[in-house]
Amino acid sequence: MEFRPAATESPFIWQIEPRGRMRVPAIVYADQALIEAMDSKVFEQLSNVATLPGIQQGAYAMPDAHWGYGFPIGGVAAFDPEEGGVVSGGGVGFDISCGVRTLHTGLTLEQLRPHQKALADLLASIIPAGLGSRGSIKLTHREMDRMLSGGAAWAVRQGYGCEADLARTEEHGCMAGANPSDVSEKAKERQRHEMGTLGSGNHYLEVQLVARVYDAAAAAAFDLREGGTVVSIHCGSRGLGHQIGTDYLKLMATKAGEHGIWLPDRELACAPIESGLGRAYLGAMCAGINCALANRQILTHLARRVFDDALPGTQLTLLYDVSHNTCKRETHSIDGRPKQLFVHRKGATRALGPGHPDLPAGLRDVGQPVIIGGSMGTESYILTGTKESENLAFSSSCHGAGRAMSRRQASKSWQGRKVIDELERRGILIRSPSLRGVAEEAPGAYKDVSRVVDAADHAGLSRKVARLEPLICVKG
Amino acid sequence: MITASWEHFQHAADIGVRGCGRSLAEAFEQAALALTAVVVEPERVAEREMITLSATAPDVELLLTEWLNALIYEMATRRMLFARFRVELQGLELQGRAWGEPIDIARHQPAVEIKGATYTELHVGQNEDGSWHAQCVVDV
Repeated sequence: MEFRPAATESPFIWQIEPRGRMRVPAIVYADQALIEAMDSKVFEQLSNVATLPGIQQGAYAMPDAHWGYGFPIGGVAAFDPEEGGVVSGGGVGFDISCGVRTLHTGLTLEQLRPHQKALADLLASIIPAGLGSRGSIKLTHREMDRMLSGGAAWAVRQGYGCEADLARTEEHGCMAGANPSDVSEKAKERQRHEMGTLGSGNHYLEVQLVARVYDAAAAAAFDLREGGTVVSIHCGSRGLGHQIGTDYLKLMATKAGEHGIWLPDRELACAPIESGLGRAYLGAMCAGINCALANRQILTHLARRVFDDALPGTQLTLLYDVSHNTCKRETHSIDGRPKQLFVHRKGATRALGPGHPDLPAGLRDVGQPVIIGGSMGTESYILTGTKESENLAFSSSCHGAGRAMSRRQASKSWQGRKVIDELERRGILIRSPSLRGVAEEAPGAYKDVSRVVDAADHAGLSRKVARLEPLICVKG
Repeated sequence: MITASWEHFQHAADIGVRGCGRSLAEAFEQAALALTAVVVEPERVAEREMITLSATAPDVELLLTEWLNALIYEMATRRMLFARFRVELQGLELQGRAWGEPIDIARHQPAVEIKGATYTELHVGQNEDGSWHAQCVVDV
């Protein structure tokens, strides 16, 4: 079956009308060039998501959508438990609560530049990155469960940060509903040495320049000024989240028949929210969210130590922490009626508009910061949530650039050393334990993040506030 | 003549692993080699230690993901890389052995960490010439 979406009245909205087993339309937010370049698998996967029980309003794809696992990456879908709605492991992904946080340094580029190399070397020596690295924190069984229940709030209690950090973290740093006993021993074992580690692939810690401000009022509210510098950390729930994803994908796939769910694709495995397995997955997944929040909080603490060593007196203050692989219970209006829905965002960022009650006082008037990470050596963006995004895609926006080329192709096209040297000539310092890893993450292997961000802005999913350019990038 | 071999295939964000062999067990062994090659060239890994592992699943395709996920778990928790594999199958019961060594970051230069084996492009089957293939996409 051909799943090509058709143009609509808006040049940034494309739609596949419900047909076959689809219960709702599939809607893609993109400009003409992005939709033409988009993998047709995205449309097929989005149409498959639209068949799942209890889905509300539409199955949505963000402008950076690409072929994922069951759900497209860049997919958003909300389910009503009272209408047999489901929760899907593939709709969250293996890296539960992967996300980005951005911290102000309070330093201008002029103040930072003389220390750039020392900072890069120190960050690389302190931040555990890449396969085979270990964190310095080993958790006992009891402490592991406390971390899984407490998230970033647990980390702050352990001394890795301050109360003010929690106000600038989704869910105030602690996801409710986490149940450590729904997390397997294998998942906990896989996490034992991984607290406070960055991971590998597209995960990074970057020092960035605020290169351009687009919206002066929102930038002022976010305390972003041209010529200022920030630190951004992109990583997730590490081995624990990966194992929860693995464990529950298998359980959901093998029990779909028992729950009477027809799966067009085994990877779309899911369970009714109101079932033992559905509840267990949610308990484990919320624990995974807490693991990611705690992990980014510990990495923040490590970054603060480095800055305090290299530039004594520097205070890193958190702008915001967003997650882009989650399923969360949220209230949304469907046909004018508020409903409690379970909103899956797989490679999509929650983007609350101005006035939303979940936003802290300093952000409520302007909306939630939406942090869009670029690839190594390319720009990142800060956007802000909009009111109209609530009606467009349950207050969601894009999450990043997305790969344009496979890892294998990238490692054949570039050499790690040359990539590092070339970026250094442009004033960007890369620190990574693996040259092959650098080649596979070469900037040219990714799509143009600016185009994705512009499409999200034009579609009204979120508004552009500032562009960030990398100065230092620590990679796994 | 059929020879055992492995290769990678393309997926937009991640990477596919494919093993081929004269038997199903050999295809599983080769798929495991393809898994190692996502992280490091297998020739760079020395066979210093041997571990045993087992897997079971309701069908042969899920058995492949179980086997690969068991290896991913061992790689993560033992911080090891593996260069050679031996698989014995009795129906849907798999007994495996893997030879390798602890990760040496400087020497191995591991490119990426593998999160899990997925059901995307998951196929296990016999080809017309009697050989077997076993493949899936892995999330990195």
